[in-house]
Amino acid sequence: MPVKAIAPDYVGEVKDSVDRFHGNIVVYVNWVDHLMFCSALAFPLPPDMSFGSLLSDLLPQYYGLHPDWARIDWAQARWELDRQPFTPDLEKGLAANGVGHKSVLRFTTPGLTGIDGSCT
Amino acid sequence: MSNVSITLHNNDEARGLIAAIQKDNPNSVSHVYPGMVKIDCPDRIVIFRESVELEIGRSWTVNEIHLSLISLAGNVDEDDDYFAIHWNH
Amino acid sequence: MRMMIILPFIGIIERETTMNVQKKISLKDRYRILTRGLDWETSYQPMGKVFPDVGFEGIKIRNWDDFNDPFRLTMDAYWRFQAEKERKLYAVLDSFSQNNGQTAITDGRYVNTLKLFLTGISPDEYMAHRGFAHVGRQIPNAGLRISAQMQALDELRHAQTQIHTIGQYNKHFSGLHSFRRMHDRVWYLSVPKSFFDDAVTAGPFEYMVAIGFSFEYVLTNLLFVPFMSGAAYNGDMATVTFGFSAQSDEARHMTLGLEAIKFILEQHEDNVPIVQHWIDKWFWRGYRVLTLVAMMMDFMLPRRIMSWKDAWDIYFNDAGGALFGDLARYGITLPKYVDVPAKEVNRLSTEAWSIFYQYTHAAAFHTWLPTDQEMDWLSASYGPDWDRLYRPRFLHWRQMEKEGHRYYNNALPQLCQVCQIPMAFTEPDDPTRVAFRDTVYRGERYHFCSDGCKNIFDHEPEKYVQAWLPVHQIFQGNCGGASLDQVLDWYGIEKGVDNMDYAGSPDERTWKEWEAMRGRVAG
Repeated sequence: MPVKAIAPDYVGEVKDSVDRFHGNIVVYVNWVDHLMFCSALAFPLPPDMSFGSLLSDLLPQYYGLHPDWARIDWAQARWELDRQPFTPDLEKGLAANGVGHKSVLRFTTPGLTGIDGSCT
Repeated sequence: MSNVSITLHNNDEARGLIAAIQKDNPNSVSHVYPGMVKIDCPDRIVIFRESVELEIGRSWTVNEIHLSLISLAGNVDEDDDYFAIHWNH
Repeated sequence: MRMMIILPFIGIIERETTMNVQKKISLKDRYRILTRGLDWETSYQPMGKVFPDVGFEGIKIRNWDDFNDPFRLTMDAYWRFQAEKERKLYAVLDSFSQNNGQTAITDGRYVNTLKLFLTGISPDEYMAHRGFAHVGRQIPNAGLRISAQMQALDELRHAQTQIHTIGQYNKHFSGLHSFRRMHDRVWYLSVPKSFFDDAVTAGPFEYMVAIGFSFEYVLTNLLFVPFMSGAAYNGDMATVTFGFSAQSDEARHMTLGLEAIKFILEQHEDNVPIVQHWIDKWFWRGYRVLTLVAMMMDFMLPRRIMSWKDAWDIYFNDAGGALFGDLARYGITLPKYVDVPAKEVNRLSTEAWSIFYQYTHAAAFHTWLPTDQEMDWLSASYGPDWDRLYRPRFLHWRQMEKEGHRYYNNALPQLCQVCQIPMAFTEPDDPTRVAFRDTVYRGERYHFCSDGCKNIFDHEPEKYVQAWLPVHQIFQGNCGGASLDQVLDWYGIEKGVDNMDYAGSPDERTWKEWEAMRGRVAG
């Protein structure tokens, strides 16, 4: 039973459907082992934004505050998209890479484990 | 065996009540925190109206406990002459 | 003997009675007279239409008269004691105001706990009032209805006394001026707000189990007792007085919650699995809200009374363990996921304070980094892992402050669909990994901070797809605009006054002036 309600056919209003975000999709990004950023970062992004642009234009504005950011060897970085291993195509757009509305992107940067190895 | 517990104000009004509980429940242990006293006791705590009256030197109705009570843990049984907290294990 | 009986709307009648009017009626008899024989079977409307909310949850009641309130509090006694409590409270408030009690607290930082309390908790006291008014209206039993009515009045009293008490601080400190508007709008206040919205939109039985039992009985001690004892320890006599005054009602509420749940369980065995799910759900929901309390206790009280861990041991492990031992005979077990809080206990408050430190620009209270002494206390309370995982974090942030680059997180955080807290909680068995859980429902993806929150969603997805998630609402353009300034205006947060660090705030200036004044008097 999807809900206990007085009305037997009660249906809830989906508050975060993609049509409400003015053409954008919501994407969450999590940098593993870097808890200085308490949660995955949430962004409303155009689905045709290239993955390369996400990496080089958007994320540095936020993750750039961390001393590990400049040390990342991107060739070593491992990605997950919605809990599945994933190899991004930097030229292609987010949607073309399979990134959907409310997708979670996680990346691990081997060898980098935050401030004094504390995963902060 | 589990503790039941009662927490009371640590003030003048509750002092006689606390003393009565301690006397009538010799196995109880009292913890004093800022502003309050928490009394733990294995299985049950009983507060007798007469004991409280003896402590405070006036008549006392069991209902008056509401003025001093902060918290409790256990099942409550209240009547004219006593107030009890217990577990039904 | 002949006796006069006064009947409302009818008048005075005289009749023979065998009752001995000289003898005081016993407590039990008074309660019986108050709660039995008041109801009637309706004749021109079916009972189902008069009490429309009592059936849809699937709870089966064989005999409503089985319910008894062990406190047996009658209305006259209720009003007498509540009036006495009010007299005492307002005498303290008068004296607090006349003696400038606000200058006697341990430190100006302390007031930030009151900001969180007034914006986060007090409006929910009002919601609790509405919830119990609803239960009282819907339950076809006079005893339960009277208890629910008393509790509805209590909750209203709590909202009022909290507003009055903290109003004393509003004359001198920032962040207290728009608590009602903030409660409805500010991102982190959606955590307690959504908790109560969830409860009051449930049926009357779920509400009783949610608030009366799971919250009042199992968790409310963790909200009021350590926090209010902490207020006493920090020189805030006004708050400790309202807190304990409110808590004296809670003892009655806890008892009502326990009696109500025992009553429901005794009525029919089919009720057991329904109640068990509600206990699982509301234990978890309440525990997540208490994250804010953990943070208040460990980081915001200038003088700490006990750690979150101590409080959890005393008020959940000890008291809760005995309680669930008591309920075992009905087939009720400890709530699902009860092992998780024990795994999170050493890090919960630190993870929470880290959220607020990095989003201080969007908060209606001030933040700060723990001093060395405070970090030593945290490490002593939480063990060597705290030093390994969290001290480097705070030292790094301190270094950034020193270098003039105080750390702000300028992106918005991902939120949990159910508890609405930023998804900052780490895996129960790995404090270095953020926990991610998700569900796809009707083609839409939903995210959760924990198995507990996911479990709640999966039981009633149609309810939680409607969650008003502050981050998504900002993205949709429903919160005043896209810039931080616009959102803060819409929240009612005064920029540079209510938000940001305590250091450099108008609150700190006020506090330092008072300290200087004391210095001059003393010198």
